[in-house]
Amino acid sequence: MDFSYLSILLFLPVAGAIIVAFFCGDRARLIRWLAAVFTFLPFALSVALFAVFDRSQAAAGLIQFEEKLLWIAPLNANYHLGVDGLSLPMVVLTTFLGFLSVLISWKINLRLREYFGWLLLLETSILGVFLSLDLLLFFIMWEIEIIPMYFLITIWGAGRKEYSAMKYVIYTLLGSAFMLAGILSLYFTTGSLNMVEIASGGLGMVQTIMPAAAIFFLLLIGFAIKLPVFPFHTWLPDAHTDAPTAVSVMLAGALIKMGGYGMIRLCVSLFPGVAKQYAVILIILAVIGVLYGAAVTLRQTDFKRMIAYSSISHMGYVLLGVFALSQVSLVGAAMQMFSHGVITGLLFAMVGLVMHNTHERDLRNLGGLARQMPIIAVVFSVAGLASLGLPTTSGFAAEFLIFIGSFTSTIVPGIQIYTILSILGVVLTAGYILWMLQRVFYGPPLEKFNGTADADILERVYMFALIAVIMLVGIYPAILTDLFKLGISPIVGLLGG
Amino acid sequence: MIPYQFIWLIFLLPFFSFLIIAFFIRPFVKQESRIAGYTLIAALSISLALSVWTLASVMTAPNHELPVPVINWVVIEGGVTLHLGLLVDALTAVMLVVVTFVSLMIQIYSQGYMRGDPGYHRYYAWMSLFTMSMLGLIVAGNLVFMFVFWELVGLCSYLLIGFWFHKPSAANAAKKAFIVTRVGDFGFLVGILILYMNTGTFDIAELHELAITGVLAGSVLTWGAIGIFAGAVGKSAQFPLHTWLPDAMEGPTPVSALIHSATMVSAGVFLVARMFPLFENSPAALTTVAVIGGVTAIFAASMGLVANDIKRVLAYSTISQLGYMMLGLGTGGVAIGIFHLFNHAFFKALLFLGAGSVNHATGTFDMRLMGGLRRMMPWTYATFVIASLSIAGIWPLSGFWSKDEIVISALAQPVLFVLAMITVFMTAFYMFRAVFMTFGGEYRGGGPEAHDSHPHESPNVMVVPMVALAVLAVFSGLWNVTGHFGALLGHGETHGFFAGLFHPFTQVLPWLSLILAGLGILLAYAIYDKKWVSAERLGRLFRPLYSLFLHKYWLDELYENVIVKTVLLRGLFGSFERFDSRGVDGVVNGVASSAIYGGRALRRMQTGQLQLYGLFMGIGILAIIFAIFFFG
Repeated sequence: MDFSYLSILLFLPVAGAIIVAFFCGDRARLIRWLAAVFTFLPFALSVALFAVFDRSQAAAGLIQFEEKLLWIAPLNANYHLGVDGLSLPMVVLTTFLGFLSVLISWKINLRLREYFGWLLLLETSILGVFLSLDLLLFFIMWEIEIIPMYFLITIWGAGRKEYSAMKYVIYTLLGSAFMLAGILSLYFTTGSLNMVEIASGGLGMVQTIMPAAAIFFLLLIGFAIKLPVFPFHTWLPDAHTDAPTAVSVMLAGALIKMGGYGMIRLCVSLFPGVAKQYAVILIILAVIGVLYGAAVTLRQTDFKRMIAYSSISHMGYVLLGVFALSQVSLVGAAMQMFSHGVITGLLFAMVGLVMHNTHERDLRNLGGLARQMPIIAVVFSVAGLASLGLPTTSGFAAEFLIFIGSFTSTIVPGIQIYTILSILGVVLTAGYILWMLQRVFYGPPLEKFNGTADADILERVYMFALIAVIMLVGIYPAILTDLFKLGISPIVGLLGG
Repeated sequence: MIPYQFIWLIFLLPFFSFLIIAFFIRPFVKQESRIAGYTLIAALSISLALSVWTLASVMTAPNHELPVPVINWVVIEGGVTLHLGLLVDALTAVMLVVVTFVSLMIQIYSQGYMRGDPGYHRYYAWMSLFTMSMLGLIVAGNLVFMFVFWELVGLCSYLLIGFWFHKPSAANAAKKAFIVTRVGDFGFLVGILILYMNTGTFDIAELHELAITGVLAGSVLTWGAIGIFAGAVGKSAQFPLHTWLPDAMEGPTPVSALIHSATMVSAGVFLVARMFPLFENSPAALTTVAVIGGVTAIFAASMGLVANDIKRVLAYSTISQLGYMMLGLGTGGVAIGIFHLFNHAFFKALLFLGAGSVNHATGTFDMRLMGGLRRMMPWTYATFVIASLSIAGIWPLSGFWSKDEIVISALAQPVLFVLAMITVFMTAFYMFRAVFMTFGGEYRGGGPEAHDSHPHESPNVMVVPMVALAVLAVFSGLWNVTGHFGALLGHGETHGFFAGLFHPFTQVLPWLSLILAGLGILLAYAIYDKKWVSAERLGRLFRPLYSLFLHKYWLDELYENVIVKTVLLRGLFGSFERFDSRGVDGVVNGVASSAIYGGRALRRMQTGQLQLYGLFMGIGILAIIFAIFFFG
């Protein structure tokens, strides 16, 4: 450990939050700029780490930029950070969306200090989840996220915001309670809170206090609620729909990825045997999530709620990829998390813009906007096409890898059938995306929307930044797969082929 | 021998054209400029030259195949490797020439047709991307790379069919095209996965090898091939996924010309040809191709008999001709199917450009409002008639040669053969019905937006490409008179030119199909030109059939209203939605409110009276004692 890059990365946003909240008074411009600076720096730093990360095959599974300080000695708890091929791209995704979400929030005027304070704190807590290698630290970071989310939704949200925020908090806490029980049982059986240690030698340490499967499911419930997995998904449409735009972007883009990440990092790599044994149940839930999510999406009439439901369907692919338990499917699942992060981030940003500029969120009352807001229409179309998995966008690269990986997986007999069923989701996705595009942008221009503003300069900046990433990953997926495979291959090694 | 870098250029040039138009010309050049069109025309001219060079190289190359090195795209050790690779053989080269040539002609024509359209730049941007995607699909050497372009072709048709997106009908048609073809793509994707799982490769040449040597066989091969064919059924608008194509004419007419001739719909036929060794070694898959093709041919032709929109007639004829191609592939092989694709591309592009030219003059596509254009638009008339004769299969025009071969090879399947022969008659009839309704008789005034009461011939920039295509509609079929086309794409047997030219008359079958085609033309002449027989009376006489054809066998209603809207959206998905809000979320909220009500109920017990607490304590102690006494 030569220099604490990761600590700086982790605490820059929260430092910004403190400065913004307590030392800036009500100078709106200053607050915005500071928030932008304190999210841009971690982004730049994470990109730099991405660039210098050792990609050689020898580095597979190695933790890089590791930091370890003794924290609570009696518990053997450490302040332990580090990244590998799996977590680093997720960190980059989080800092990227964190920065853009500040730009997306540029027009917010209500209680600015608090708003940016909470938003920056949110970023730190998500980063903390991806960076922690200590279970206690991981859990604390996981929990901190709830506080900013609660305030961001209740104060700056819309619609039934109190209900949605409360539902989000209670549902998440319920998951956390199970997770905490899981972490504690893990601690009491292995005597360690170190994820790397437990993963490498830990299986032997698991004693008879509690069957491994029970711990596996305790942890899984927490992650399943976050991802979300059917039938634990109903908090998501409410929270997304009522949250302010930037928070929806963070929520869909980075936050729910903690669930998928946790599943791979804890459930699969600590309990490979159990994961294999129960994979079929989770794969069935994945297929239900994909198809059922898409079917319910098709019935939505609220613009934002539609995108929210589509996330449930897309996260079903993540679950499928994770529990197909093959090298390719796990890489695909990680790709899908990243890809869905940028695509849905963009979709929510665009929905927010359309709603902001037209003051309308009911799909039945929108229409013909391609004439009044041509740039938004083009960008929205690109995002939509990426969401339905069009080649040359990241959506295709991710979903295709999941399909190959699951179809050729040998873990679960008959997985080909489940994979084929989930591929049907691709047709349904095309249905709702194109229906939505048509409903909002095509058809004769409506008079009531004359004079509606198109995207301004700042909005174009973040739109095109997201599109650039979507296309880059779509055209050159190796930029991410080369990293993800380094994180995934040791896990697959544990699974024993 | 052409260097392989130039082969990459063939499809990259239109892509560069797309980038230039989309990012430089459209934002920075003024609307009236026609530079966007010239950019694409220049790019395609070079691509055409390179394609011809490729074809020449392939003809002399050993095994008619050029080696091209592959580039790694995604490598996951112990998992999967995806390549960007090209496969350049005779099939590729022929297709390259067809696509670049037809697209070039259409782009030149569009300089006239799209002049003044507010979306002019956008049009050429999408056209560039469309041509690029189709060319990419043709040269792709593995199934993944091909699937990428396959989907891009679908995207571009979506964008171009919905070009005038402010028209709800156009937006609907675009969406329909994308979703219906995606149903087929689903099968394609599953087919790819099945093949990959059992062979570990996406490489087309390797898959050929495995199928030929019998390593890839049995049900794996059959299902893989049928999956791939499902993709082709969607793209090539075969029954039962044909419904998108007739609606797809909502786009600008040159777009229809391109979709119906060289790109999009021909992609499906090309795909089957490309994967032909797989079909060849699976009798079930091959029969499926032949049957679907034969059924589609007659099925679509029947709907073409009664359509009044000239583009719709042409659309049904395309579906029907694609059915012929599939039938040819299914019964005769690559050379026969692709030869028809080759000829069809020229005359069908020409027919659509003719329809566009007529529309340019009259402001309508409804043939009932046309008539008498023979004298007013002589060039359009002449070229349209040539193309119609060609598609009807009249000797010695190009359509005759390829259709003749398909019909002969279909003899192997007597039922399909009969269907094919009936279709010959129907094709000739509906094409000349269109010719007589459009060009014969007196002018009936045109559409409501007609420029004046006296239509004029289109400008030269539109007429010249039509004439060029007409020349090919006459002569392209002569390539195989000597048997050289067939030899290039597979099976040999070549002979002298004149011997081949008059060879058909020594046999019965060509006579039969010529007579059927002649009868079709004669019947159209009798009804629509001379009006010896009243069309209305015929319609009444065959009323059930007439309305069956007119309503497209009610398949659109079945798909859209019954299956999609009623069964899926309202029924199944609606019940999912109710289940979600009342069932799943109901449980969630139920748990929450039961906690609240439970709390309220328990609160009543906290009365603050010590006597009551004492009572409960006593009961509790007694219960414990009993428990110990009985179970301990």
